[in-house]
Amino acid sequence: RERERERRRRRRREKEVWRRRMRFSSLNVLLSHLAKSSFRSSPHLVGGARAAVAATAKPPPQEQRTSRFSSRSSSSSAGSPPSRVATFLPGDGIGPEIAKAVRQIFEVAGVPIVWEDHYFSPDFIDPSTQSMVTRTALDSLLKNQVGLKGPMATPIGKGHRSLNLTLRKELSLYANIRPCFSIPGYETKYNDVNLVTIRENTEGEYSGLEHEVVPGVVESLKVITEKASMRVAEYAFFYAKANNRSKVTAVHKANIMKKADGLFLSCCRKVADKYPEIKYEEKIIDNCCMQLVKDPSHFDVLVMPNLYGDIVSDLCAGLVGGLGLTPSLNVGDGGIALAEAVHGTAPDIAGKDLANPTALLLSSVMMLRHIEMGSYADKIESALLATIAEGKFLTGDLGGKATTTDFTNALCSKM
Amino acid sequence: MKTVTLIPGDGIGPEVVKCVERVVETLKAPIKFEKFEVSGANPDGTPRESLPDEVIESLRRNKVCIKGTLWAPLYKENTNTQSLNVMLRKKLDLYVNLVHAYNIPGVKTRHEDGRIDIRIVRENTEGEYSGLEHEVVPGVVESLKIITERNSRRIAEYAFEYATMNNRRKVTAVHKANIMKLGDGQFLSVCRETAKRYPNIEFEEMIVDATCMKLVSNPEHFDVMVTPNLYGNIVCNVAAGLAGGAGVVPGVNVGEDIAIFEQGARHVGRDLIGLDLANPTAMLLSTAMMFRHLQIPMFADRLEAAIITLLAKPQNHTPDIGGKASTSSFMTALLEKL
Repeated sequence: RERERERRRRRRREKEVWRRRMRFSSLNVLLSHLAKSSFRSSPHLVGGARAAVAATAKPPPQEQRTSRFSSRSSSSSAGSPPSRVATFLPGDGIGPEIAKAVRQIFEVAGVPIVWEDHYFSPDFIDPSTQSMVTRTALDSLLKNQVGLKGPMATPIGKGHRSLNLTLRKELSLYANIRPCFSIPGYETKYNDVNLVTIRENTEGEYSGLEHEVVPGVVESLKVITEKASMRVAEYAFFYAKANNRSKVTAVHKANIMKKADGLFLSCCRKVADKYPEIKYEEKIIDNCCMQLVKDPSHFDVLVMPNLYGDIVSDLCAGLVGGLGLTPSLNVGDGGIALAEAVHGTAPDIAGKDLANPTALLLSSVMMLRHIEMGSYADKIESALLATIAEGKFLTGDLGGKATTTDFTNALCSKM
Repeated sequence: MKTVTLIPGDGIGPEVVKCVERVVETLKAPIKFEKFEVSGANPDGTPRESLPDEVIESLRRNKVCIKGTLWAPLYKENTNTQSLNVMLRKKLDLYVNLVHAYNIPGVKTRHEDGRIDIRIVRENTEGEYSGLEHEVVPGVVESLKIITERNSRRIAEYAFEYATMNNRRKVTAVHKANIMKLGDGQFLSVCRETAKRYPNIEFEEMIVDATCMKLVSNPEHFDVMVTPNLYGNIVCNVAAGLAGGAGVVPGVNVGEDIAIFEQGARHVGRDLIGLDLANPTAMLLSTAMMFRHLQIPMFADRLEAAIITLLAKPQNHTPDIGGKASTSSFMTALLEKL
């Protein structure tokens, strides 16, 4: 009990230090981000890059390529960005294979990133984090402020926190961004999708606060706060502006949950007033889902509380081809960003060189844009989209017969 | 001669309900309507507190009703009033919302090559629609989601009974029990118990986000779905979108002895007021369901056949399903056919 108390005291002290750093309001945080230029630099220029896909995807001229290879330790040469350390959490199942593909592609593209790898195991529960996530991994992420995460198996255990919950809480990841766009070369019934879902990631229906009032009657609490709603709304409009998006749609159910979703809406409206150049509209969740299914082309950026965001972002992933092709980025207080592949670990094809690295790769592209390495991001993204559009080396999930290695090599040859 | 309560509602409700009246007249069905023109909003725009007693009495007496959606205005000062639609369902204990989404030949959707035939049995009185919210401190709001075992049991039993009586093969329970372990967990365990008593019906469980993803990529997978309130709302609308939109999907609210027929996707449609562009198909298909409920199925067959024949021709499509017809031209064609 004494040890438990000591541990709690230590954690409280750490939280106090952290809270003191994040003491200022979200606006102040925004200003400090702008000053630090880490927040300002997250233009995930998905739309712009894609416009240039099939037409202009060609390898860079030879001289440039060799200079990139030669300046691998690029901190010396003037004009090229300094090497950046990023945390890599490859994960389980197909995680290590697709991580290898990403590493290879980054090397060929000459991206000045040094990876710090961390692995987790369901057999080791770190007592300081009460989960599979190790303290060293968390410290690495907090130090580097940027990370890439592969798929991880969640053990069905008791007595410890879930992996995603731990990462979210410890890194204060408050927004989840998922761009969904139709990939040329992979046809689904929806070929005109080009939207971004921004989901509040800390509260709402996922507060985990439930109790059985009397046997047979359960109450679940949905918590909406002004602070969290303002934070995610600010990020949504900032993202829209930075990525030249024209419209932000707030999705809600305020006709039924008048106070809770009403609060979320009023926060969105306040932020919308500060961005008169961006169109703002509100849509009820059921109408929004119906329209997404009928005609998703007129949605641009969607900002939502937690539950609706979960459902809508998966719905949109389904529109463009599933989780195997969907990138995702989590943004936290202080500008920390954790890009992740949201698909499963696919244990049935693990180790067989059959996995599709697209999701992890697109997520890494989002990560690069967030840390102001947009040119590398564009290069990798255009090569990726060109490879899929060409259709010669597609992995099994995209309807082809190529291996991960073939796909990766084809992609590298396009850069 | 059966008396049926008629509540036109707001938005496109009155126009569409008028179509229903004309159709019933033309078919010479033995139905007499008792009309109540109530609105969800007061004349000054504030939300209305409650429905007049005479409406409730009429409903309890007639036990069958056709209803348009009542508007629930978002008033600036976040009042405590609940939507009148929700209030009505709770008061009369209409615990099931049954929505039937199927693709009609001729209506162009992105999934028209598939056979979509989804029936959603949605819990209709509790869950997130409890209306119990409060501001803990300024800037922090708590909203209660209530799941009771009794309502979960009733809805699960209805779903399986419905599946058995209509020769359906599979029931899918939609939930989010990995996050809301107690609430949705209870719903799920009740569904599992009920499934054991119907061994001929296949039972599967799916998390709501995976469900939406699958609905969009492979909707033929689903047959009957049983869901709590909010997920049901979302799933109904996704299914309606697959079938062609809010204009073509019928629905009904069912209680122990009262049935209220309305559109499947309950949108008020205030942007279409007075434009003569509303699609009456959903309401007319609900009327057909009502005929079956009142044990006069021949009218239902005639009406449905006429609608399906009409919709096979693109010149009868209203703008929401991609055509240029107006409500009046659609109705003229329909009444001619009848």
